[in-house]
Amino acid sequence: MKTVEEIKAAIEAAVPGAGVEFVRNPGPAAEHSLRLAPASAVAVATFLRDDAELAFDFLSNVSGVDWPDKEIAEKVKVTRMVSKTVDGAEQSVEETIDETRKRVEPGCLEAVYHLYSVAKKHGPLVIRMKTTNRSDQVELPSLTPVWRSADFQEREVFDLYGIIFSGHPDLRRLLMWEGFKDHPMRKDYVEPDDYEYEPTPHDHVLARAQEHKSRD
Amino acid sequence: MMNYELESNDMDQELKIELGKQGIFVTTIEDLYNWGRRSSVWPMQFGLACCAIEMIATTMARYDLARFGAEVFRPSPRQADLMIVSGTVTKKMAPQVVRLYNQMAEPRYVIAMGACAISGGPFKQGYNVLKGIDRYIPVDVHIPGCPPRPEALIQAFITLQEKIDGQHLTGPDRPRYLDANAQGEFPVPERGEHDLEPTSNQGVWPVQIQGLRD
Repeated sequence: MKTVEEIKAAIEAAVPGAGVEFVRNPGPAAEHSLRLAPASAVAVATFLRDDAELAFDFLSNVSGVDWPDKEIAEKVKVTRMVSKTVDGAEQSVEETIDETRKRVEPGCLEAVYHLYSVAKKHGPLVIRMKTTNRSDQVELPSLTPVWRSADFQEREVFDLYGIIFSGHPDLRRLLMWEGFKDHPMRKDYVEPDDYEYEPTPHDHVLARAQEHKSRD
Repeated sequence: MMNYELESNDMDQELKIELGKQGIFVTTIEDLYNWGRRSSVWPMQFGLACCAIEMIATTMARYDLARFGAEVFRPSPRQADLMIVSGTVTKKMAPQVVRLYNQMAEPRYVIAMGACAISGGPFKQGYNVLKGIDRYIPVDVHIPGCPPRPEALIQAFITLQEKIDGQHLTGPDRPRYLDANAQGEFPVPERGEHDLEPTSNQGVWPVQIQGLRD
């Protein structure tokens, strides 16, 4: 199989303005992936499936990933004018100090697709798509028109993470029921409070059970 | 009518045995009635998860649940006496399980088979699994195990038969179906926005087991 960089080059040659981003996996597996721009994702996916050399005819797996808002603290060297008393006289002196700045990296939801080629016996190729945020702009293009096997898996991702796949033929909840409001696999999901005493080695379960009992 | 209220203990057991040796069979209506019921408990044919595989194995030739009069698994709740809740009850499935139980004719019994059916099992802290079917319907026998072996299900079945044998037709401890005031229909929970509503039926939950709860 071509390397992921070569596949990226092939995509860019075939689909103008594809906006494919190479995502390096620093781990020992080194399974690098390609992040597709939602706007051109269907065109790129169709190319990956139909290209004679790549021929990714089998979509093995669709997963969801929740990236919550992340607060990042970083140390920055700041140069400031500080008034100081030097040699008995007050002077303005330049001083470099470390300052901790906090910034919030906005979270997003991600859909990850694992592709194989049955015809060429190669794979996997990992492609992924990111939503703009986690609340109101959670639409991604559905790849079900390209790979039929994405149907149920995209429904599951929609059910558990809340990514809305536009262009999906039948986007309903898969595991939870109609009328259920939450997306249980999101990091900020609040479980229903029906804990009770149970013999368990898990302290956090005991703590929650006691909290629940004290509320009654 | 007086004779109906005779209990098996009221009869002189030695006399009964002696009469039996002479070829005279003496019994009470209660004994006969309970014997009939316990010898033909027909389970309902439905399974929820991997425990159902063990339940199927129990009915097959090696373990042969038919020896205890439970050979006919009925595909309709109207014809079934025993509901074997065999496996994980998800919250999405729970209303249907309660509805099936409501559709069964009295007298009816429930065996909760396996860790999931009695408590939620390994999924107890999950968001989608009911923490035990006894939150909504009365359970006669609980079997732990993941999944319980066929011997355990047979043991539970024998326990149920012993329970039926010990029931009195009259008096304050008579079974539910002979008590006109007892609850017959159990409310089916609704699927709410976050959880089932209500999360349990207060009439049957928590289970009152003597010596286990304070």
